[in-house]
Amino acid sequence: MLSLDTIVAPATPPGEGGVGIVRLSGPRAVDFLGTTFRGNTTITRMESHRLYYGKLFNSDEERVDEVLAVIMRAPRSYTGEDVVEIHCHGGTQILRSVLDLFLKAGARMAGPGEFTQRAFLNGRLDLAQAEAVIGVIKARSERASRVALDQLDGHLSQKIYKFSEQLKQSLALLEAHIDFPDDEVGALDLPGLLAPLRKISLQVDTLVGSFDVGRVLREGVNVLILGRPNVGKSSLMNAILGESRAIVNEIAGTTRDTLEEQLVLAGFPVRLVDAAGVRDTDDPVEQEGVRRAREKAAVADLVLMVVDGSCPLTGQDILALELCRPDNTLVVVNKSDQAQNCDLERLVGFPCRVSVSAKYSLGLDDLSEAILGLLKGGAASSEGEEGVVVTERRHRDALLLTKAALKELLASAEDSAPLECLAMDLREALSALGLITGETTPDEILDQIFSQFCVGK
Amino acid sequence: MAENYDIIVVGAGHAGCEAALAAARMGCQALLLTLNLDAVAQMSCNPAIGGLAKGHLVREIDALGGEMARNIDATGIQFRVLNTKKGPAVRASRAQADRDLYRARMKQVVEAQEGLDLKQGQVISLVVEGEGVAGVETRDGLRFLAPTVILTTGTFMRGLIHVGLSHYPGGRAGEPPSEGLSDQLRTLGFDVGRLKTGTPPRLDAATIDFSVLEEQPGDPVPKPFSADTLGLDRPQVPCHITYTNERTHEVIRGGLDRSPLYSGVIEGVGPRYCPSIEDKVVRFPEKDHHQIFLEPEGLTSGEVYPNGVSTSLPVDVQLAYLRTMKGLERVEIMRPGYAIEYDYVDPIQLKPSLETKLLRGLYHAGQINGTSGYEEAAGQGLLAGINAVLQVKGREPVVIGRDQGYLGVLVDDLVNLGTKEPYRMFTSRAEYRLLLREDNADQRLSPLGREVGLLTDERWEKFSKKLVDLERGNERLRTKRISPGNHEALDRLGLQGLKNGASLEELLRRPEIGIGDLDFLDAELASFSQEVRSELETEIKYAGYIRRQQEQVERFRRLESLEIPEGFDYDTVSGFSAEVREKLKRVAPRTLGQAGRIPGVTPAAVAILTVFLRR
Repeated sequence: MLSLDTIVAPATPPGEGGVGIVRLSGPRAVDFLGTTFRGNTTITRMESHRLYYGKLFNSDEERVDEVLAVIMRAPRSYTGEDVVEIHCHGGTQILRSVLDLFLKAGARMAGPGEFTQRAFLNGRLDLAQAEAVIGVIKARSERASRVALDQLDGHLSQKIYKFSEQLKQSLALLEAHIDFPDDEVGALDLPGLLAPLRKISLQVDTLVGSFDVGRVLREGVNVLILGRPNVGKSSLMNAILGESRAIVNEIAGTTRDTLEEQLVLAGFPVRLVDAAGVRDTDDPVEQEGVRRAREKAAVADLVLMVVDGSCPLTGQDILALELCRPDNTLVVVNKSDQAQNCDLERLVGFPCRVSVSAKYSLGLDDLSEAILGLLKGGAASSEGEEGVVVTERRHRDALLLTKAALKELLASAEDSAPLECLAMDLREALSALGLITGETTPDEILDQIFSQFCVGK
Repeated sequence: MAENYDIIVVGAGHAGCEAALAAARMGCQALLLTLNLDAVAQMSCNPAIGGLAKGHLVREIDALGGEMARNIDATGIQFRVLNTKKGPAVRASRAQADRDLYRARMKQVVEAQEGLDLKQGQVISLVVEGEGVAGVETRDGLRFLAPTVILTTGTFMRGLIHVGLSHYPGGRAGEPPSEGLSDQLRTLGFDVGRLKTGTPPRLDAATIDFSVLEEQPGDPVPKPFSADTLGLDRPQVPCHITYTNERTHEVIRGGLDRSPLYSGVIEGVGPRYCPSIEDKVVRFPEKDHHQIFLEPEGLTSGEVYPNGVSTSLPVDVQLAYLRTMKGLERVEIMRPGYAIEYDYVDPIQLKPSLETKLLRGLYHAGQINGTSGYEEAAGQGLLAGINAVLQVKGREPVVIGRDQGYLGVLVDDLVNLGTKEPYRMFTSRAEYRLLLREDNADQRLSPLGREVGLLTDERWEKFSKKLVDLERGNERLRTKRISPGNHEALDRLGLQGLKNGASLEELLRRPEIGIGDLDFLDAELASFSQEVRSELETEIKYAGYIRRQQEQVERFRRLESLEIPEGFDYDTVSGFSAEVREKLKRVAPRTLGQAGRIPGVTPAAVAILTVFLRR
C-alpha cells in the first residue's frame, strides 16, 4: 500500500455521454465515499468489487446525482490501492460537480497517467504494461486499441519474458561452467547452448519487423493525395471523408477545408493529407510547389496519385508522378462517371490502380480495399503469427540492441572466444531485454545455477 | 587503568590479521585481541587459499599491500592455476597450504609488526560513548580504549556446534564461543541473524590407501600469488581423488533421521554453493557419484582433508559412509566433521567503508558480515583496517568500485543487498569481469595501496617497472612490422600467404599465434618477464571485448558520479512507493548508481530520484 494521498479524476472522456465515471484511488478513497454517498447499504458493509445504488450529497445536504458506486479494495484493484468508482450520469456539468465534491472532501486531482503510475509503482503492471495502458488511452481506432489491449494482457511481455527466461537459462549454464569445475557441472555442450539462442535471434528479428505495423497502428498512416490541379483531389478527399464521416475524429480547431483530416479506414487510423500546398501556385513546374510536394511524398506511407480518366495525361501529371515511389503509390483514376480517354499505359511501373468518381462517390469501396491491400502488403503483413506487435519505439530499440548482442554472441562463438566473452555478449542481450522487462541480477543467475547443479565442495 | 590505542581489532582470523597489520603499517597504534593466541590465522576449514574468483581477491589484497598472498607463498605446498582452458579473465590461482606453517608464519608477522600489540582476551562488550564506539572490555575485566574498533568475530559469536543430534557451544572444534557481544549489538540496534556452515571430518593419512587413487599434482612451474615473492622453493605435494558411490549415498540416506539439518535442529541458513554431502545426496538423487579431493593438511601433518564431504551427520555415519569409498576402506577419522551456527550482522547496516551506520568508529569485517571464505574475509579486513586509519587521521574513506576489483563488488553487494546466506565470491558477480583479471590486479589497485601507505618503495618500483615494460611492449608490438618479403619469418609463423606486411600486434590477434611465437622477431619483446608478456598478449587478443567492457564501465561511472547528498530526505520525494522509500532509507545509497542496485528500487523510482537530484 502506498502511503500517498488520495487522487481523483474522471475516468471517462469529457463530453456528453450516457454514463460518466469518476475514479478515486488512495488510502482515503473509501472515507471520501462515506462522507458523500447514501444508499441502502452502509459503506462499512459494502462488499469489494460490487456495485451499489445510492445518491451523492454535498456538504449542504443537496443531492448532486443518482449514482452507482463500487469499492475495489487493495490490493485487488487497478492501482493496488483502495479504489472507488462512481458511475454517475454523463455530461460535463454533472461530472464536474461530482469531481468538486471529492476535491472538497480532500482528494487531490490526479495528474496525467497518475493512476497508471501508481499501478506500476505498486507492482500491478510492468513497464511494458504501463506503457500499453497509455497506449489504450491514446488509441484512436478499434484496431489500435486491440493491439494495445493485447499488450496489456501481456502478450508482448509474455513473449519477451520467454526470451528473457531462455537467455537467463543459457547464461546460467555458461556461468556454471565458468565458476565451477567440470567435475561438478559436467562438460559444456556449446552447440546445444547456442541452438535456442539462434532461434531467439530470429524471433527477435520478426518482432523488430512488426514495429512498422505497430507504428502505423499507433501514429496512424500518412496518406498523401497528390496530382496536378483540377484532377479532383479535393473532391476525392471530401468523398473519402463523407464515407467515413460517422467516425471522423477531427483535430481540434480544424475544419473540413483544411489540408489534413483524420479518419479510420478499414480499421487503420489514417491521416489524410491533401498536397494542397501546391494548390495555390497552380503550376507544379514552379520550384517551391514541387519542392513541398516532394517533401510530403517522401514522408507519406501511401500516396494517392490522382489523374483525370477523361483526358490524356499531361506533362504536369508526369511531373507529379515523378515524385512517387511505385511501392507505395496507388494511382486513382478519377472521373469514372465520364467517358474514359486516358493513356494509362504510359504509367509503367505503377501497377496499383483504381477507378473512382469522387463527384458521385463511385468506386470508394474499391479504393478502401486497394489502400488496405497496399498497407498490408507493406508493414502489416509482418505481424507475427501470434499477433504480437511492437508499437513502442523504445521496445523496438531494446529489441534491436538484443539482436545486435546475440549476433555478437554467435560471432564470438564462431571465433572460439573464451566463455567469459560469450557471457558478456549474453549479458548484453539480457540487459537490452531488461530495458523492457527489468534487470536480471547476478543473484538470479546464481539461484538458477544452484537449483540445477550440484556445485560446491 | 585502561590502555589507549588508535584501533582495536577483535579476532585474529584472516580478516583480523589483515586489519591489524594494515592499521599498524599505516602508522597507527593497533591492538589485536583474540580468544586464543595459538589459533591466529587458523584455517578452520579447507587448507587452501585461492580458487575461482578467490584467487583474484588474493591478488587484489596483495596489490593493496595486504599479507595473505605473501603468507600463502611462504607456506604453500601445492600451487595450481585453475580454469586454464577458459579465458584469461577467469583463470585463477589456488594453493594448498601447510595449515600449521600458515598459522605460525602469520603469527610471526603480526608479532614482529611495529605498532601492533597481540593479546589474548575475550571481548564481551563494546565501550560506547555517545554515537561512537570508544573501546572494548574483556571477560578478565580489562578495558582497552580506541576511537575505532573492528569486529572480525568469524563463527564465534554464540557459536553452536552440531554433530548428529548432539550440539554444544563452540566457536570452532575445541574452542569456546564468544558470548555477550552479539547481545549487545542487538541492543544497539543491529539486525543480528543466524548462519550455518560446516566442515568435513579430518582423516588419518596412515589409514588411506593412496596407491589405488588418482593423483592430482600441482603445476610443473608453480606461480606465486604475491609480486613480492621471488620464488617458491618448498616441496610440492599432490592431492588425491576418490568418489562417492551408490553405497555411500545409501549409508547417508540411512543416517538422515539423525541429521540436525534434516530433523530441523539447525535454524541457521547454510551456503548453497557449499552443500554438505547429505544435502547433495538429497537434492540431487540422480547423481550417482560425487568427486572428493583428499588434500594434505601439511608437509608433516598426518591429517587429510576430504574436500567435498562436509557433514553434520553423527560420527558413526560419517565413518560408515567414508569407508564405502575407494582407498578409504580402512580409514580412521581423527576429527569429526560438524556444522556450526553463528551470529552475523546484516551488512546492509554498513557504509561502503565497512563502518557501521549505527555506531561511529565501529567496523565489521569477515563472517560477521555474512560472508564465507578466508579470501573474502581478508579483503574486508584489509579495507576496514585502511578505512579505520583514515578515519583516525581525519581523512575520507577508501571505496573500491565494482569496476576496480572483486573487493569492490563484494563490499557493494554486501551493503546494498545484505545477505541471507553466507556470501561467497563468484566471477559471475562481477559485471566487468573481463577487466578484473588476476594479472592486472596491481594496475587496478596498487596506486591506491601506495597512496594509503601500504606499499613499500621497493614494491612500488617493481610495479612502476611493470608499467613501463607494458607500455614499451605495446609500442614494440605496434611499430615492429614484418614485410611480405620476409619469407623466412613467414614460413616460421605458417603465414606463407601473407600478401601485405603486418605489425606484430596484428599477427598476435590471430588465434593461432601466441606472443612466444614472435620472440625471434624482436629481442626486446622477448626480454620482458613472463607476466608482462602474457598480459600484453591478453590485452591484444581480447582488445575488442575489453573495449566494449570499458564502454560499459563508462556508462556505469556516469550514474556512480551522481551523488546523493548524505542525509537526503526521501520523504520529500512524492511518487515513491512505500516499499521503495523504505529501501532507500534503509540503505541510504551514496550515488544514483548504488540506488539502482538496491533490489526493489525500480527504474521508475531511479528516474524520479534523478529528477529530484537535478532540481
